[in-house]
Amino acid sequence: MIKLEPRGERSRLMAYLSPVLAILLTMLTGVILFSLLGIDPWHALVTLLYTPISDVYGWTELAVKATPILLCAVGLSVVFKAQIWNIGAEGQLLMGGLFGSFMALQLIDVEGLWVLPVVLVAGVIGGLFWAGIAALLKVKFNTNEILTTIMMNYIALNILLWAVHGPMKDPDGYNFPESAMFGDSSLMPILIEDTRVHFGLALALLAVVAVWVLMSRAFMGFQIRVMGLDASAARLSGFKEKRLAFFALLLSGGLAGLAGVSEVTGPIGQLIPSISPGYGYAAIIVAFLGRLHPVGIVLATFLMALLYMGGEMAQIELGLPLALTSLFQGLLLFYLLACDVLIGFRLRWISNTPGAQGSSTAPAQPLSTTNTSAQG
Amino acid sequence: MDIDLITNVLYAMVRTGTPLLIVALGELICEKSGVLNLGQEGMMLMGAVVGFIVTLTTGSLALGFFVAILAGILMSLIFGFITMELSANQVATGLALTIFGTGLSAFIGAGYVGKPVEGLDPIYIPVLTDLPIIGRMLFGQDLIVYLSFALFGGVYWFINHSRPGLILKAVGENPHSANAIGLPVFKTRYLAIVFGGAMAGLAGGYLSLAYTPLWVENMSAGRGWIALALVVFASWKAERVLLGAWLFGLASILHLVFQGLGFSVSPNLLAILPYLATILVLVVLSSNQSRNRLVAPVSLGKPFYAKS
Repeated sequence: MIKLEPRGERSRLMAYLSPVLAILLTMLTGVILFSLLGIDPWHALVTLLYTPISDVYGWTELAVKATPILLCAVGLSVVFKAQIWNIGAEGQLLMGGLFGSFMALQLIDVEGLWVLPVVLVAGVIGGLFWAGIAALLKVKFNTNEILTTIMMNYIALNILLWAVHGPMKDPDGYNFPESAMFGDSSLMPILIEDTRVHFGLALALLAVVAVWVLMSRAFMGFQIRVMGLDASAARLSGFKEKRLAFFALLLSGGLAGLAGVSEVTGPIGQLIPSISPGYGYAAIIVAFLGRLHPVGIVLATFLMALLYMGGEMAQIELGLPLALTSLFQGLLLFYLLACDVLIGFRLRWISNTPGAQGSSTAPAQPLSTTNTSAQG
Repeated sequence: MDIDLITNVLYAMVRTGTPLLIVALGELICEKSGVLNLGQEGMMLMGAVVGFIVTLTTGSLALGFFVAILAGILMSLIFGFITMELSANQVATGLALTIFGTGLSAFIGAGYVGKPVEGLDPIYIPVLTDLPIIGRMLFGQDLIVYLSFALFGGVYWFINHSRPGLILKAVGENPHSANAIGLPVFKTRYLAIVFGGAMAGLAGGYLSLAYTPLWVENMSAGRGWIALALVVFASWKAERVLLGAWLFGLASILHLVFQGLGFSVSPNLLAILPYLATILVLVVLSSNQSRNRLVAPVSLGKPFYAKS
C-alpha cells in the first residue's frame, strides 16, 4: 500500500510542481468528464484552452479578463501571507464598482482629465470601506473574518441590486436595471487601438510590482510575512499585529475596489447588476495557485482568465453550461490542496508487515497555512 | 398586529429556519469532533440539485430526498479524504468544497432551471393545526420540518446523554489523549464529517423540493455560511442551535412582516437582514474571547496526524 511519510522539511521543488500537477489533473478530469458527456475530449480541450486565444484579438481579450482577477489576487496574496482569510474580495470589488459608478454618474456631464482619477479613487474608497468594516471588526472585536467577509459579499450584492433597481437606475433606460452610460471622461483610456485593453491593465501590473516590492523589500512586508509564519514570534519582536492585520485587509480591499471600478469604467461603461462573474472568488484560487508570489499570480491569473473565456467558448461551440468554468475552478483548488501534501510528505510503498511503518514524528506543515477556527 | 399575521409569521419562521437548523445540527456534530467544514454551502447545493433532478425525473419525493442526502455524503467524503488522509488545511479544503459544489451543481442543474416540481405539502392535523398562533407553526408543517424536530432531539440526546457522544466530544477536545486511551479518532471524525454531509444534503433537498420548490443556481444563498455562524452563536449547544435557526428564519422573513404592517421597503435591502444579523451576532459573541475559548471544541480545525 502507499503510505505518506513526513519529509521533515518542506520541499521547495514540490511547492512549485504542485500547481502544475494540479492543472494536469484538472485537465485529465476534464477529459474524463467530456468523454462521459459524449464530447470528443481533444476537441473540447482545444475549444476550452486554445480557441479563445488562437488570434491576436483573443489575447487582448484575455488581458481584459485578467485585469480584475489580477488586481484582486495580488491584494489577496498579502492578506493570505499574513494568515488572514479575506474571502470578501468579491464584495469589495462590487463596492468598488458601486462607489465608482456613483461618482461617475455625478460627473456624467463633466469633462476633464481629472474626472477618471476621481472616479477611480471613489472606487478604491468603496473597496477600502468594505474591507475596513471586516478589518475593524476583526481588530476591535476579534470577529472571525471568514464569516464576516462572506456575509459582506452577500450584503454588497444586495446593495448593488438595490442601487441599480432604484436610485442609480437610468431614468431614460426603459426601466432596465442599469445605470446611464458614463461620460467619456469617466471611461478608462484604451491602451491598444481597436481592442478593449484598457488602462486598468497597467494599474494591475503596477499593483503587482508595488506589492512585490512591499513584500520583498519593505519592512512592513517583512513584518507581514513573519506574522503569517509565526504569530508569537511577531508578537515577541514587538510587531503591531493588529495594525498589520488592518493594513493587509485594507490593501486587499482597496485593490479589489480598484478592480470593480476598472470594470465599470472599462469594458462595461455603466453600472449593471452583474459586474463580476465571481472574479473575487476566482482570485482566491489564483492566489493559492500562484503560491502567493507575484510571478506565480500573474501566470495563474492568465490561466483563470483563459478558463473564463474557454467557458464562454464551450457554451457557444459545445453547448455546455457556463458553470463549466466554476466547476473547473473548484477542481483546480481541490487538486492543488491534495498535491500540496507532497510538499510536506513523500509517498512510499510499504509492505503490510508490522514494524515496517515509517516514523510518525510531527511532519512539516503541508500548506503554508495554519489552523483557523470558526470561533471569533 | 393581528392574530393571523402572527400565526403566519411564526409558521414561516419555523419553515424558513428548518434548512438552517438541519445544516447547523450537522455542522455542530462535525465541529464537536474537532473538524471545521466550511463546505456546507457546496454540499447543500449538491443536495438541492441532485434531489431536484431525481424527483423531477422519477416523480418520487422520497427518492429525491434520499439521493440529496447521498450527494451530501459523497461531497463530505471528498472533504474527509483530503483533510484526513492528506492532512490538508480544513479551512482551505472547505472553501474548495463550496466553490466546487457551487460550480458542479450549476453545471449539472443548468438544464433544469425554472422547471416545476410537485413539492412537499404541509400536513394538516385536525384541531391542532387550527390552534391559534402556534397551530400552524408547530402542527401545520411538512414532513421534513417534523424530521428536523426529531433530528434536534436526537442530536441533543446524542451529545449530552450518550456514550458515543462522549467519545465524539473527547475526540474534539483532545484527539491525542483520545487516541492514547484507544478511542477511534479517525473513525469518529469521519462519521462526524459524513453526518454533516448528510444533513447538508437533506437541507439542500428541502430547499429545492419543499421550500421553494424549484432549482435555481446558487439557491442556498449563503445559508451554509449562516449555519456556520449559528454554531458559534449557539456556543456549540444543540438547544441554542434550534433557537438561533428559528431567529434567523425570522430575520429572513421580516419582509412578510413589513408587508403585513403596510411598510414598503426595497426587497433587496430587506434581503440583507439575515447576513447583517449574522455579523452582529458574531461581533457580540466574539468580543468576549475568554468565553469562546471555553466553549469551542479545543482541537477545532486542527488536523490530527498520528495514525497507528
